[in-house]
Amino acid sequence: MLSAYLLLAAAMFAVGLFGVLTRRNAVGILLGLELMLNAVNVNLVAFAHFGAGPAGWVLALFTIAITVTEVAVGLAIVIVIFRVRRTVDADHLNLLRG
Amino acid sequence: MTAEALGLGGVAVLVLGASLGVVLARNLFHSVLWLALALVGTAALFVLLHAEFLAAVQVLLYAGGVVTIVVFAIMLTERLVGDTIRQTNRGILAGAVVSAAVFLAVAGTILRAPRAPAPAATALTTATLGRAILTEWVLAFEVLGILLVAALLGALYLARAEE
Repeated sequence: MLSAYLLLAAAMFAVGLFGVLTRRNAVGILLGLELMLNAVNVNLVAFAHFGAGPAGWVLALFTIAITVTEVAVGLAIVIVIFRVRRTVDADHLNLLRG
Repeated sequence: MTAEALGLGGVAVLVLGASLGVVLARNLFHSVLWLALALVGTAALFVLLHAEFLAAVQVLLYAGGVVTIVVFAIMLTERLVGDTIRQTNRGILAGAVVSAAVFLAVAGTILRAPRAPAPAATALTTATLGRAILTEWVLAFEVLGILLVAALLGALYLARAEE
């Protein structure tokens, strides 16, 4: 039963990774990141349920809180980038290219 | 046990379908709505795992908070919310290959892992969680509070109106 949850989380993680790798819009990339972090939470809660004790729950709670801060800061950065460059297309954000 | 397996199957289909919707939807706005569905489906998974408190937190913070902020950000940055813009870059094939490889590697490790003897189903309650946070994990909990304040101030500073 545990491996069913782990496989589901792995599939979700892979889908999120695909989104991060292929989206052009910076907000779309953040959405893919959300999926990946969410898959990690499924893993943590599944381990907690199948014998690992409350640590899994606590870590899942921390992950949720950290993800929320990540989204807040990430979207603030996206808005600043849009203000300066008038685009959030990651293909056009090549300021650091040598 | 069969009812649980059945519920898990249904929720798994829902979550994976919604996840695919997130990464494949051509309209970014639809993508966010799929994300909300995927996050609520994950909350249902938490209920199946008897983590009701985490399910509530998940719905409140993720499906409520995160989705709302993302919708605001899209409305502020996307000038044309429509189907006309291509949303994927040229690396779509490479992205698919890399993701599939990661999934196969992880799944192979999971399936090859030695079976642990059936673990005693520990009765975790919200009270257990609260006690763990305020005793064993109290330092991490306080640091998390500092992180939240710092991130809030940082986001405000970055996105403030220009003088």
